[in-house]
Amino acid sequence: MPPHLKHSLPKAFWIAGLAVVFLLLYAPILSAVLFSFSADRFPSLNMSGFSTEWYTQVLTDRAMLEALWNSLTVAGLTALIATALGFAAAYADYRFRFFGQKAVLALALLPPTVPLVILGLAMLAFFSRIGIAGTLMAVVAAHVVIAAPFAMAICRLRLAQLDETLEIAAQNLGAQPYSALIRIVLPHTLPAILAAFLITFAVSFDEYVISWFTGGLNQTIPVAVLNTLQGQVDPTIHVIGTMSFSVTLTLVLIALAVVLSQSGGAMSKEETQ
Amino acid sequence: MTNAHLKLDGLAKSYGRFVAVEEFSLDISEGEFIAIMGPSGCGKTTTLRMLAGLETANRGQITLAGTRIDQLPVWERETPLVWQSLALFPFMTVRENVEFGLKMRGVSRAERRRRADDWLERLGISSYADRNVARLSGGQRQRVALARSLVLEPKVLLLDEPLSALDAHMAIKMQGELKKLQRELGITFVYVTHSHSEAFSLADRVVIMNAGRVEQIGSPQDIFLRPRSKFVAQFVGGISLLEGRVSDKEDGKRFLDTPDGKVRLAHGAGLAKGATADLAVRADRISVTVEPGWGENEIACTLISEEFAGAVVNLHLETASGHSLVAQLQQRDLEQLDASIGARVYASWHPDDGFLLESTRQSGSSPRVRAA
Repeated sequence: MPPHLKHSLPKAFWIAGLAVVFLLLYAPILSAVLFSFSADRFPSLNMSGFSTEWYTQVLTDRAMLEALWNSLTVAGLTALIATALGFAAAYADYRFRFFGQKAVLALALLPPTVPLVILGLAMLAFFSRIGIAGTLMAVVAAHVVIAAPFAMAICRLRLAQLDETLEIAAQNLGAQPYSALIRIVLPHTLPAILAAFLITFAVSFDEYVISWFTGGLNQTIPVAVLNTLQGQVDPTIHVIGTMSFSVTLTLVLIALAVVLSQSGGAMSKEETQ
Repeated sequence: MTNAHLKLDGLAKSYGRFVAVEEFSLDISEGEFIAIMGPSGCGKTTTLRMLAGLETANRGQITLAGTRIDQLPVWERETPLVWQSLALFPFMTVRENVEFGLKMRGVSRAERRRRADDWLERLGISSYADRNVARLSGGQRQRVALARSLVLEPKVLLLDEPLSALDAHMAIKMQGELKKLQRELGITFVYVTHSHSEAFSLADRVVIMNAGRVEQIGSPQDIFLRPRSKFVAQFVGGISLLEGRVSDKEDGKRFLDTPDGKVRLAHGAGLAKGATADLAVRADRISVTVEPGWGENEIACTLISEEFAGAVVNLHLETASGHSLVAQLQQRDLEQLDASIGARVYASWHPDDGFLLESTRQSGSSPRVRAA
């Protein structure tokens, strides 16, 4: 470590600090996991026993299963569309130089920074006008808006490592533009596309505010959870929380693994020169 | 010449207000090795890119074997390019790289394989056929790049500083292989480089470009021995220039009045009295002595520095008026010279060894040249 980065406080202090941060971050989630297996009706730390009763209850609850199905449908479609759009936008930014490029890029990355309540309200107003408010399609459309920028950001990172001459070189050897795209750009970007799909899936799967505004009676999992909570404190909440968290965590971890395993791959720009 | 194989006619390219290529015309015969050379930004790479279809010319035409190609998109041109970066496809094996162009042309799998393996064999890289291109040495990668283009059996091969990524030793070795390959195949090569040694040792004809214009086109010998303009003389190097005014004829001889004295011109330098002209003398034609009176054209100089270049040594001299001259001497001549840095010496040459730069012999000041 360079001398100017050396800290005067002992190493143990930093480790302890980090531990506190992680504890605060994950303790609530861990408690949900813990209580989801509790035999008690109400969460308390001296649990009377271990039980999978609440899991059985959730998995046989028709309303919950329907919400789960809705969530999976919405997240799947969102991920598909958002990834396609995100890749297309990233590719356009990589491949072409055009007037107002920076402005277009900024605009494309903007949606996640808009407060969700405002976005949700605006979407609701717009969807009712065109008559699709309260449908799952409306939720998908709204989710694509907030998820696509993530997909674009991930694809851009990967494309930035691709030597720009490769695609032209393919054309120079007789490949039509679409063929060069499929054979040169896509294989290189595939890990990022996969990661983008998983991340956008997770973004949609977890999203509450917009789903609540635009989904109407079609509840996704987060909406169903909140609705359940308003009535009573039910231990099944912990089960749903645990399951949702597992899904999201799994998706994000896979995405990370895919992206990180490629950063040292054989396709980087340096090695093609 | 109407039966030119590859004809570039009045090509021009600008980006906004920046003129990359002002005018480029050249007729290339079949199997000719053309080198385009010049300093960075002279337009040589832009010219090559127009040939490949990577840039669209603002003006002008390109015809290849009688067919106009400048309107064709890149993928229909059949003018493969060996890239400076090589641009090998990193996620493919050597063989897949070589097969790529054939695959794009719909050549059958078996035929593709046969032709690719032929070329891998020919370039001595068949033992790496199944290796990823990232795991090859510089010279091997160079050969893959060549094989990938040549397997298409093109009429023209374009090369953009293809040896610049190699170390000096490897570059020289590849130069020899390139020249041999080009002779055997009889393919037209258009080779862009900023290296004198590559251009002069490889090409049948060299095109010297400067600031978007062609300065001179000719055989390496032509350009080396008879640079047309001040720019070419300086770019090629090893040439001393003296500026002066043509004086009266005396006994049928022409003289040039320079700030450093009167020097005699070669016969046949058809110049009117009073014209300004640049006299050029090659460094190896200039003798240096410590005493005056050795030659007809003699200028007193100060010895500024010595520069060893193997068997020969370059002496940098300065005339009284501040002009610099360069003389090339054999080592043993230098030993006999017995002059130290700062000493007064005399540079002399035979009048027939001096020649006037063509650009100054013409009345016009613009050295623009059209290819013959």
